[in-house]
Order: sequence, then structure tokens, then C-alpha cells
Amino acid sequence: MSSRCPDLRAVAFAVALTLCIAHPAAARELRVCADPNDLPYSDRAGDGFENRIAALIAKDLGAQLTYYWLPQWRGYARKTLQQQRCDVIPGIAQADDSVLATAAYYRGTFAFVYAGSRFPGLSSLDDPRLRDARIGVQVVGIDATPTPAARALARRGIVANVVGYPVMGDTPSAQRIVDAIADGTLDIGVVWSPQPGYFIVRRHFALDVVPIRGARDDPRFDFAIAMGVRRGDVALRDALSASLARLTPKIDAVLREYAVTRVDAPGPRASR
Amino acid sequence: MAGRDYAATRFSPLDQINTGNVGKLTLAWTFSTGVLRGHEAAPIVADNTLYVVTPFPNVVYALDLTQPGAPIKWSFSPYPSSSSQGEACCDVVNRGAVYANGRIYFNTLDNQTIALDAKTGKEAWRAQLGDIAKGETMTMAPLVVGDVVYVGNSGGEYGVRGWLQALDAKSGKPLWRAYSTGPDNDVLIGPSFKPFYPQDRGTDLGKSTWPGDAWKIGGGTVWGFVSYDPALDLIYYGTANPGPWNPSQRPGDNLWTSGVFARDAKSGQARWFYQTSPHDLHDYDGINENILIDVAVGGQTHHALVHPDRNGYLYVIDRQTGQVLSATPYVPITTSTGVDIRTGRIAWSPDKNPEPGKTVRDICPASPGGKDWQPAAYSPRTHLVYIPHQNLCQDAMTSQVSYIAGTPYVGAELKMKPGPGGKRGLFTAWDPAAAKSAWKIEEDFPVWSGALATAGDVVFYGTMEGWFKAVDAKTGNELWKFKTGSGIVGQPVSYRGPDGRQYVAVLSGVGGWAGGIVAGNLDPRDESAGGGFATVVADLKQKTTKGGMLYVFALP
Repeated sequence: MSSRCPDLRAVAFAVALTLCIAHPAAARELRVCADPNDLPYSDRAGDGFENRIAALIAKDLGAQLTYYWLPQWRGYARKTLQQQRCDVIPGIAQADDSVLATAAYYRGTFAFVYAGSRFPGLSSLDDPRLRDARIGVQVVGIDATPTPAARALARRGIVANVVGYPVMGDTPSAQRIVDAIADGTLDIGVVWSPQPGYFIVRRHFALDVVPIRGARDDPRFDFAIAMGVRRGDVALRDALSASLARLTPKIDAVLREYAVTRVDAPGPRASR
Repeated sequence: MAGRDYAATRFSPLDQINTGNVGKLTLAWTFSTGVLRGHEAAPIVADNTLYVVTPFPNVVYALDLTQPGAPIKWSFSPYPSSSSQGEACCDVVNRGAVYANGRIYFNTLDNQTIALDAKTGKEAWRAQLGDIAKGETMTMAPLVVGDVVYVGNSGGEYGVRGWLQALDAKSGKPLWRAYSTGPDNDVLIGPSFKPFYPQDRGTDLGKSTWPGDAWKIGGGTVWGFVSYDPALDLIYYGTANPGPWNPSQRPGDNLWTSGVFARDAKSGQARWFYQTSPHDLHDYDGINENILIDVAVGGQTHHALVHPDRNGYLYVIDRQTGQVLSATPYVPITTSTGVDIRTGRIAWSPDKNPEPGKTVRDICPASPGGKDWQPAAYSPRTHLVYIPHQNLCQDAMTSQVSYIAGTPYVGAELKMKPGPGGKRGLFTAWDPAAAKSAWKIEEDFPVWSGALATAGDVVFYGTMEGWFKAVDAKTGNELWKFKTGSGIVGQPVSYRGPDGRQYVAVLSGVGGWAGGIVAGNLDPRDESAGGGFATVVADLKQKTTKGGMLYVFALP
């Protein structure tokens, strides 16, 4: 190995060699694409759980962690990975085929957020209490595309009492929804489950995060979460997948610390 | 004004250039605007001066037609906020200025209407009318009637609430604002509102046809052309699509979006409204121009309004009452099966509704519609309407998982493609009385320029490759063409110069929604780039490059 390649003690020799040859920059540097203001995932101060997981991986790979900061918006992979600004996007849906995905490290779903004392046992989309409650949902992009769970509400005719919270904004949409429930503006939130716990715990709110149960003809609400690299960057994908597998207990601990509501069991899992 | 007259006919009474001699048309002079984005404006001629407003940064140039080569008399830079560029959905275009009362009135992308002294270029007033932070922009050409300036906003894709604003032409003082959604007070609906169809009668329909507070971000922007009937003292304009909510989340007709308003010119009070696309699912704005002409329907002459809509129907509407006299497909349509002119209702085809998780093929017309903003012309000599437009369909492909700001969703991916016949552009001469086309010209790319008809029975339009064409108004036979430096998406005009000769002028400079792939240097492999338009015109990059230039032609 040339002196430009670091000592990758934790990485199998063959993988390290591949990294050095195909990705001299990646071997010295783990270049992460991240949103500078999207807690609980990431922020510029490094306070998000994806920041923490990226640091674990960089250490595991013996690489130096650097960031390319860009708000997650349309064309994110094109403006980051494709333009060679950075090499890995943490926290993408594994089914997102605009990137090459690593092994998944947790699975999230859409969840109801509410005060348990007010809506005891609420978890079904067909619960009649949803008809009258003021509900906040996340909407995505300039055409306010609803999330699968918000769309399922609309299919049931639950629309007049629903308010959209765009995921783009000065503060994360989950934070705005949690705050709106706490101050009484909303009764119930429909939020991607990994997000609200962080804000609830930090603010000491007494709110529950309950995975949503749909009916048989509803689409799936759960998505496996992985890291994404450039299509064709198989060496980096494999190195990251191996590292994620090695780090499973530590990653599980980080997710617990951030009160991430997940629908898979923590612990070892097969790498993809 | 951009539409040539209040009736928006774009008919020039000049006849020196005719079908016999147009073949000899030559370049008289040119002028570079120094701007590289889509040039959709109409040059305006008044007092021996030609006025041009550029795309962002919206510089106004006054060119002295009395001097050889038309040197710059004055120019005016409004310095619009640079962040407004990021808010415009479909390139940073401007559709032109208007001359009235010795002044030039125009809009800036960052929502200002500005009045300049036409002789000196000195600013008379400016009015800040909208907020770019809310996604609002202004791209339309104002209309001035007497002492009133009419302007409207753009940005329906961003959750903007649409409006038409009337300003005092002397001072810029706001007179009234008519919103396109919300309670009757906001929409300026009162006792004089007499819509022809019962579904448009009732109290606060601009609220009650929406769920909850969705009307507050309901779209219905006003970014097309405004026309005016002096005899009835009514103004006419279209409202854009509802937005930004996904259709399933905004059940109801979503009034007063995607339709045509008639309003009292002075008070702004609505007289009638007709909704071309109730509960629009396909981005069928109703903003297309309303040409005010008399049309004989069923042996009776009607004071009518001709409106070729995005939804694919050409409407002939009684402009006094709002009654639909005919609604005829002028492009292939699969999203609906017809318009019942007795009830005014369009019959949507539910099997063409785009829905994530479902692949729907052959949605025709595609989102830009049978025709987008590009304005048609009418010749009283041939009684034909000359429509520049496109022939595009789209497939809504099976769901794909996307993930923005950490939140997964399942999006429908829209893929535009050429419509039946395989040509993406059409230039159609339409007989509104017979409700059928007289002739059609096929073009490889969408015809995104305006049309001009003249008393010499010559019709002009431009192509996105950059050809400026003259065709026979009666037959559509090509009589002349000239290749300009960039693609043409501007509005051609004709004027009589100080030397008494007839000139034809057009801005070249590709861009706009259709041409954004060149002007914005988009990546055609990104299927969402340019609002889905980039892939269907991916080859435009091989045919033209960007560049803003005014071309002026005359007979030798």
C-alpha cells in the first residue's frame, strides 16, 4: 500500500486494497453528503444520529470524516453523489433506486403521534376518532406529495381536518408537528416514525409514537433505511455494509439514544 | 400591448408584407439583450420607439426607431431580488411590457409592477405586490385600460394563492385585488355575479369547494393574458390550476381555479365564471388567453370569447353570459370524453387519473396541455384562429420511492412523450364557427412562440430550433423562413416604422418550461428536471443554444 492509503486495520485486506485503488480519496476520507439542518438526522454541528453513525463508520474504516452540506431537496443525489461532491448519503430508503444502497441498519414506518391519555389505543387508520381530530401530516416537495400514510387518510375521505406540514422548512416538519400537538393546535400527527421521538424527549412532552396499522388494501408504510452510494460504487457499498454489520450494537445504541421508533428488532442482521 | 389590442387578436392591420412578397423579407437590424434565459416577451412599439423587457433581471430597453440601427434611447434596470430566480417554476421568463398614457408598465420576477416614463425611462412608481418567500413570482404582461393597470401572480406550484390586482395607472396605488380562492368578499363576488351554470352559484364557493383551509394555498394564479371588451366594460382572464395539494387531499371543484373570469373593469366585481377543469388532476391551468371576437354559431352571431384550453378543448363562450357555445377537441384527448355544453361539465376519464402505485399510460394531453401560455392570433379576414401549440402525452409510471428531508414517499413519475403522429409541435388554423381545423402544420418541437396574423394574409410564428416562419393565412403553405440564433419562444409583432414601412419583430432566446433544458442547462437524464419536460425535448440541446436577441425584418 502506498503511503497515501491509511492503515485500515478493521477492514479485510482485499476490501482495503479495492478502496485504495478505486477510491483513493474515499480511503483517506469518508465524504458524507448531509443536510445541514434536518434533525434528528443531521445538522452542521454534528448533533444528528446520522452524524454519530457516520463518525462510528469513519472510525471503523480508519477514514477521516468530512461533510458536504446541502439541504435535501429534489435532485439531491444528482447534486451530491453524481457531482462527486461526496460519496455516501446516510439514511436513504433502501428501495430508492437513484442510488446504490447498502445493507439496511434499521426500519421505520409511519406513526401516529398523540397524547395517550386523549386517544387511548389509537393505531388503526380506520379508527373513527380520526374523523374529528385535527391531524397534521407531512407533505413532500413543491407539489405537496403526501406520504403513504397521509394518502391513506385521504383515501378514507379524511381531508377537511388535515393540515399539511411541508418537510422543507426552517425547522424539521416532525418538530413543527410535535410542537403543534403540544400547544393544542393539532390533536394527532402522522409522522415518519424515526423523527418525532427526539423532539418529544428533549422537550419532555408526554406524547406517544405509535406505528400505524393499515388495512389489507393499504400500501406498505414501512421502509428499510440504508446508506446510498453512487451506482457502480460496489466497493464502497460493500465496505459500508460490512462496517454497518460490525457496528450493529453501537448503532442500535445511538438509535435508542435518539428515541428512534423502529419496527425491526435491534441486534445482528444479515448484510445485503 | 402584448396582445396587440384589447381583444387580444394579435392581428396587425398592416398589409405591405403580403403572401406575394414575404418571400423577400430580409433582416433589417438586430439587438442583443445580453440575457440568456427564455425570451417570451412581445416587443412593444409606440412613439417611434421599440420597447423590450428581458427575462430576469427584467431590464427594459427603449430603442430609437428613427435612427439607423435603432440605437438605445434609454435602459432601465429594476434590480429584482436574485433569490426570485429560485422561486420561478418554469424558467425566469417575462411576457412583456405594455405602453399606455405615455408610460411603460411591466412586472418583475420579484413581484413588482413598475411604471416608467416612456420618453425618458425615468421611474414613475413601483408597487411591491407579492412575496417571493411564499413562492410568489410575476411573469405576465400587464394590461392597461384607461387609468387602471391589471396584473397577476405566478407560482401555483408552490402553494401560492392566486390573485388579480388592479392598480391606479397614475400613482401605482392599489385599487382592488380579486383572489381566485376563498370567501366571496376576497374573490370580489357580489350581487352582479351571474354565472351561467348552476354549479357556480352559491355563497363562498371559493371556500366550500375545498377541504378545510386548503383554499388558502389553493393556487389559481393569474399569469396569462388579460383581455377587455370596451362595450361591456368587462375584463377576461384565466385562473391557473389548483395547488399544491395532491388531488386526493383537495376533493371538490376547487373553485375558482382552472377557469375563466369575467369582471367589471372598474370595480373588479365578478360578472361570470366558467370552470374548464373542475378538480383539476392534470395541471390543466385555465390561464390561456381569451380572444374576443364575434362568432356565428347556429346561424346566430355571438359576441364570443375563444379560449383554447390546456385540457385540449377549444371553447367558444358567449362573453356576455358565460354560456359555452361549443367545446371541441383541438388535440387528441384521453383524460376526458367530452364537455356537455348544456351543463358546462367536462366528463373526466377516471382511468387516466395519475395515482402512485399504478401505471397509467397515454394521458393526453400531457401537463402542459394541448396549448400552454403561447398566445394564438385571430384574423378577421380569414376568420381563423392561429394556434401555436404542442402534441404531447404522458405516462404516469409505477411508483418510485423517494426520500426528501428524511421522509420517504411514493411518487408518480410523469414521462412526457410525443402524442399521436409522433410530432411534438403543431401550428393549427382553427375555424371557431365550424368548430374544426382548417389546416395544421407539424413541427418537431412544441411550438412555444406566440402567433401573429397580418392584413397581408401572412401568419408568423417561431420554432424552438430557431426558425422564424411566415405561412399563408389561408392555406398554411410556408412562404418564408429565417434561422435565428437561438430557439424562439417570444411573441412576434408587426409595426409601421417612422419611415412608413412595415416591420416584423420577434425575440429569439430559447427557454420557458419547454425550453428550460437549454436555458437552464438541465440534465435530460434527470426525469424530474424541468417539471418532466426535459426528457421529451432532450434533443433540443443538439438543435439550439441559449442567447437573447431581437430580430427585426422588413422588405428590401
